[in-house]
Amino acid sequence: MNDDNKKPGEAPDGVVLTEEQKRSRRSRSIAIAVVLAALCVLFYVVTIVKLGPAVLVRPL
Amino acid sequence: MSDVASREYDLTPTEPRAPGTPSYASVADYVALLKPRVMSLVIFTALVGIVRAPGEVHPVIAFTALLCIAIGAGASGALNMWWDADIDAVMTRTRRRPIPAGRVTPGEALAFGITLAVGSVLVLGLLVNALSAALLAFTIFFYAVIYTMWLKRWTPQNIVIGGAAGAFPPMVGWAAASGGIGLESVLLFLIIFFWTPPHFWALALYKSGDYARAGVPMLPVVAGPSETRRQILLYTLLLVPLAMSPFFLGMAGLGYGLVSGISGALMLLLAVQVYRRREGAPAEVAARRLFGFSILYLFLLFAVLLIEAIAPAGFGL
Repeated sequence: MNDDNKKPGEAPDGVVLTEEQKRSRRSRSIAIAVVLAALCVLFYVVTIVKLGPAVLVRPL
Repeated sequence: MSDVASREYDLTPTEPRAPGTPSYASVADYVALLKPRVMSLVIFTALVGIVRAPGEVHPVIAFTALLCIAIGAGASGALNMWWDADIDAVMTRTRRRPIPAGRVTPGEALAFGITLAVGSVLVLGLLVNALSAALLAFTIFFYAVIYTMWLKRWTPQNIVIGGAAGAFPPMVGWAAASGGIGLESVLLFLIIFFWTPPHFWALALYKSGDYARAGVPMLPVVAGPSETRRQILLYTLLLVPLAMSPFFLGMAGLGYGLVSGISGALMLLLAVQVYRRREGAPAEVAARRLFGFSILYLFLLFAVLLIEAIAPAGFGL
């Protein structure tokens, strides 16, 4: 049963996370986001370095 | 709705966590899986390999190579902790690691390790070069499979052969910067390779009870402390001249010759003390001193090589 259809005060289905578990999950999610963003920056910079600045100079 | 499904899981942090239950693991637990202290040594020795390699390498490419080598080393650490969780749980030095402490499940550590291993090798291959990526892949395989899964529980020569895994990073760094393998990079490999046995056996001498309890056939457990002391001395006798060889072969300057000579003499002196002091507290103190100094010794050797490569003119070398 979906938790949205429950009456107020009724216990939800499934696993209920403790506050500590929610905090841990949030910190892990933020870390993953930071790593992904850093990888994007790294790939961008390495692409520029490998191709050289001339990649930006081309006839339109 | 069952009671089991809706209850809040409240496992104490010292019990192994069952797969499928919610995680308490923090970012710090995942960082701990990477063995950051081992990683720092890997980064340092790989950096020396990069800066001493012939030719020019763009700083961004050098940074990328170093990052991949560091992550690859971290992946090896995570895979090691996954496989050795049973050993870690009974050793005082390792029982607070994330898996035996119940904060990370073995499956999570395995997935984490494999993801980082594959990712670091792929990125190194795509952004730097294929040779360094192949060497990094072999290093991870050697540490995680050859050493951790096979040698560690099978033979007292575990850390001798397995030491190769820790010795590869400067070669990987060298290959990343130059695209090849030079004689000097092989020498850097050999220095770490021959440094590993006296370093780890000194630790094993005063932690042999831990290793015996965990069933790990370290040399002091299998052959006894006397044979271990003899082997430590023999390996140190090989290590000290080997560590000086870059100077004698003209690959390093006078500064390296002096530092490797003086610190090598100290290393030898401490190894002799370990050999001669065999009973009680003086024996443990000697082993602890050798273990501690061996870290400083390797650091000094590589630090001087790094300084000579970065600022040779300023030091008149």
